[in-house]
Amino acid sequence: MEFGFTTAAYVVAAVLFILSLDGLSGQESAKRAVWYGIVGMALAVAATLVGPGSGYWFVSLVMIAGGGAIGYQLATKVQMTQMPELVAAMHSLVGLAAVFVGLIAHIELGRVLAMDDAVKKSLEGFAALLAKKDGVEIGILRVELFLGIFIGAITFTGSVIAYGKLAGKVDSAATKLPGGHMLNAGAAILSAVCLIWYMNTGGFFPLFLMTLAALFIGYHLIMGIGGADMPVVVSMLNSYSGWAAAAIGFSLGNDLLIVVGALVGSSGAILSYIMCKAMNRSFVSVILGGFGGPAGEQMAVEGEQVAIDTDGVATALNEADSVIIIPGYGMAVAQAQATVAELVRKLRAQGKNVRFAIHPVAGRLPGHMNVLLAEAKVPYDIVMEMDEINEDFPDTDVAIVIGSNDIVNPAAQDDPNSPIAGMPVLECWKAKQVFVSKRGQGTGYSGIENPLFFKDNTRMYYGDAKESLDKLLPMID
Amino acid sequence: MKIGTPKEVFEGENRVGMTPESAKQLQKLGYDCIIEAGAGANAGFSDALYKEAGVEVVKTAAALWKDADIVAKVRQPETAELKRMREGQTLISFFTPAANDAGMDAAKTKGTNVIAMEMVPRISRAQKMDALSSMANIAGYRAVIEAGNNFPRFFTGQITAAGKVPPAKVLVVGAGVAGLAAIGTSTSLGAITYAFDVRPEVAEQVESMGAEFVFLDFEEEQADGAATGGYAAVSSPEFAAAQLAKFREIAPDMDIVITTALIPNREAPELWTKDMVESMKPGSVIVDLAAEKGGNCKMTVMDEKIVTDNGVTIIGYTDFPSRMAAQASTLYATNIRHMMTDLTPEKDGQINHDMEDDVIRGATVTFDKEITFPPPPPKVQAIAAKPKEVVPELTPEEKRAAETAAFKAQTKQQVTLLAVGAALLLGVGLIAPASFMQHFIVFVLAVFVGFQVIWGVAHSLHTPLMAVTNAISSIIILGALIQIASGSFLVILLAALSVFMTGINIFGGFLVTRRMLAMFQKS
Repeated sequence: MEFGFTTAAYVVAAVLFILSLDGLSGQESAKRAVWYGIVGMALAVAATLVGPGSGYWFVSLVMIAGGGAIGYQLATKVQMTQMPELVAAMHSLVGLAAVFVGLIAHIELGRVLAMDDAVKKSLEGFAALLAKKDGVEIGILRVELFLGIFIGAITFTGSVIAYGKLAGKVDSAATKLPGGHMLNAGAAILSAVCLIWYMNTGGFFPLFLMTLAALFIGYHLIMGIGGADMPVVVSMLNSYSGWAAAAIGFSLGNDLLIVVGALVGSSGAILSYIMCKAMNRSFVSVILGGFGGPAGEQMAVEGEQVAIDTDGVATALNEADSVIIIPGYGMAVAQAQATVAELVRKLRAQGKNVRFAIHPVAGRLPGHMNVLLAEAKVPYDIVMEMDEINEDFPDTDVAIVIGSNDIVNPAAQDDPNSPIAGMPVLECWKAKQVFVSKRGQGTGYSGIENPLFFKDNTRMYYGDAKESLDKLLPMID
Repeated sequence: MKIGTPKEVFEGENRVGMTPESAKQLQKLGYDCIIEAGAGANAGFSDALYKEAGVEVVKTAAALWKDADIVAKVRQPETAELKRMREGQTLISFFTPAANDAGMDAAKTKGTNVIAMEMVPRISRAQKMDALSSMANIAGYRAVIEAGNNFPRFFTGQITAAGKVPPAKVLVVGAGVAGLAAIGTSTSLGAITYAFDVRPEVAEQVESMGAEFVFLDFEEEQADGAATGGYAAVSSPEFAAAQLAKFREIAPDMDIVITTALIPNREAPELWTKDMVESMKPGSVIVDLAAEKGGNCKMTVMDEKIVTDNGVTIIGYTDFPSRMAAQASTLYATNIRHMMTDLTPEKDGQINHDMEDDVIRGATVTFDKEITFPPPPPKVQAIAAKPKEVVPELTPEEKRAAETAAFKAQTKQQVTLLAVGAALLLGVGLIAPASFMQHFIVFVLAVFVGFQVIWGVAHSLHTPLMAVTNAISSIIILGALIQIASGSFLVILLAALSVFMTGINIFGGFLVTRRMLAMFQKS
């Protein structure tokens, strides 16, 4: 098949991918957008299979089919609460694929360079592409594939660790090997040295050494980041997988790879930025892990936490006209979203104004809460973003906090010495009454006391979120 | 323990601190009740009724004070009564602690614990024992009745065969509990009722009772009622002047004026001046509920009814609740009973004087031979919600200036970014070969498009976005597909593995996205 056809198909695919991302601006258009993405991908793969340089169709198709079958299984079986794990696991696959493709490019380059001109002419496909390159181009190619492998390797181990943390297989607390960031810096310097070495010799060993260093960086970097920063980590890894694809695209001279890699890379970067902003932390401080030490004495919290029983909550809810629910990771852990949705249905059936307030970093993945609520069939038009709803709290009768802590911490506004000072938070304490569903007394992920729990209008509704709400449901009439 | 109620010794006081009904409730708390013979006679409760309710009737006050562990009465104790107090006894009554040093000292030296009913904090929880409110309610009602008694016309407007009768116009000054009660009574009798209060936030309550709120044309930051426990604060001279001017303006129209304005621990403010009284029509009535504190009208004579030269009746009675002794006693005894309920959490007939409790602490003026007045401010604050802090509105000029500044800053930022970006591109272009630049331009454009597009993605769709980008980042499959054909077994193996893994990703990513998006439903 002609080279021109493939290129044309790539252009169409690129446009489709852009439309696909663009369509995610609204819930309805998103349903169409995902089809653009699917068609784009199918077109790209088909065009490549029939395009120049391809072969081993059978193997390729079998592999795609095999991968597809597993992907199908994963996608249909996964629980919505496990989305963060799934996304992280998938990132690791992209990372590893990038490493492999980069290695192949290296092997091929070595093979082609060893040939004499006559043999080069007879080459086909990828090798032929390599054969055309001159000295400078080969130099650039080496940088590109080196970068592709480097980023890919970081993505791989980083995603594996992120997966482990999200799935609870690795302790989600921030842990570092002795030496801390010096180890990372050392590995990065080693990689840089390897790059120069590799540029000069083109040998396999520096590449291998760099791969090991990059794998280590990915592992150690993510190990040092705690559970609540996971939204940033996952978005960042998302971004990396894109950049890795772009770097590989350069080395293969494939524009579609570059375009898509750049799209994904920038998408992840923006997501990370949004998440960091929502936590009022700089990207660097998240990546370097852990909270900075508090600048001074934190305000002491006065008062006591007052518990309330199911009857009290039910009475207040029955009397309330407007209710705002603030879900957090705790709701996901307790798998309480269906019960919450049922509660909302009952309250709405009585004509009450019930809405959800979603903080950008609620949960472990950007938009995690939205997906959980959507799964429980909560209509998306009552699920509000922080900025949309924060002003409505003073007019709200009851705010219910389910399994969230730091995102409703008034210390972020009141206490300049708090580690989360300046982080935008949901001002639920301005509601007439606040109920906090929480497993027990104790601080949130960040270990910060939450003055909300001590406020006069706050009542603590202790117990597992799902069990408490199950008890509450029959009492709402 | 025994709760006893003596006969009120104050001249003309008809109320009694315990009714047969409240005695039954007190007995349920585990107390024995005793009462002085004839204590309830003036309020319509005979000794026989008390006996029927299981109350022991004792002959003399001395015996009662000796016998009772808790004495519940209405008026603040007289000198003779103070002498009868004894150590360990609890006295519950009105006590005017701010102006009753003799009583406080006596209670202190004798070791009597005194709970002053007027000191019950004005918080929601304590409303059931707020005797001031229940008495003020009666006073407000009775004030209208007394006014009607002395007013020579109908309240309600009527058109009869014998001619047209205009409705009476009633002005209620001070919309506290008494004022609101007066408004309610007056409107239900059919009068056109106006009301005024220095706290503008009560306008809503006034209107809910059917009266019209008299607004002043006066701009002043009013002290928030919640800060003073729901009571009015002293107003500024300018405000007072504006208020008097308004009253002067409407005085000739008013048939009945009921003033209830009191400021805690102060002489009553003068609101109805002599010239206003003189401008009123003959036959008009003024009821001054603040007579005890000097009166809102200085012509008021305490405890008396006078008629001015121009025929205006001014009533200065201070015993309105006592004039309705049966009703007042019932309410007051219920207040006492609620107080006892709070003092007896175990319902075992034993008093538990918990000085940690906001309400009990607030009302207690002497305890354990110590004067505990004035009490610390209650922990629970606010009756009315605090007013919202008004953000100063920016003037149009300031707004425009701010917008221009923001626009300039944005332009500057963008231009800088573009310049740096262009310079970098140029720099790369100078060194890199053309084949690289081709791809590089595609890359830069794609990043640009990516940034433009992603900002528009809805927050709620961030998870689907990650899944989609995940799926399409598997575009790296193309690289593997291109490479698979060329070269050695190792290459084929690695490429095939890559194809396999990205295959998982492509299918998994898209399918899971579809699954998620299908869940988003509109209501």
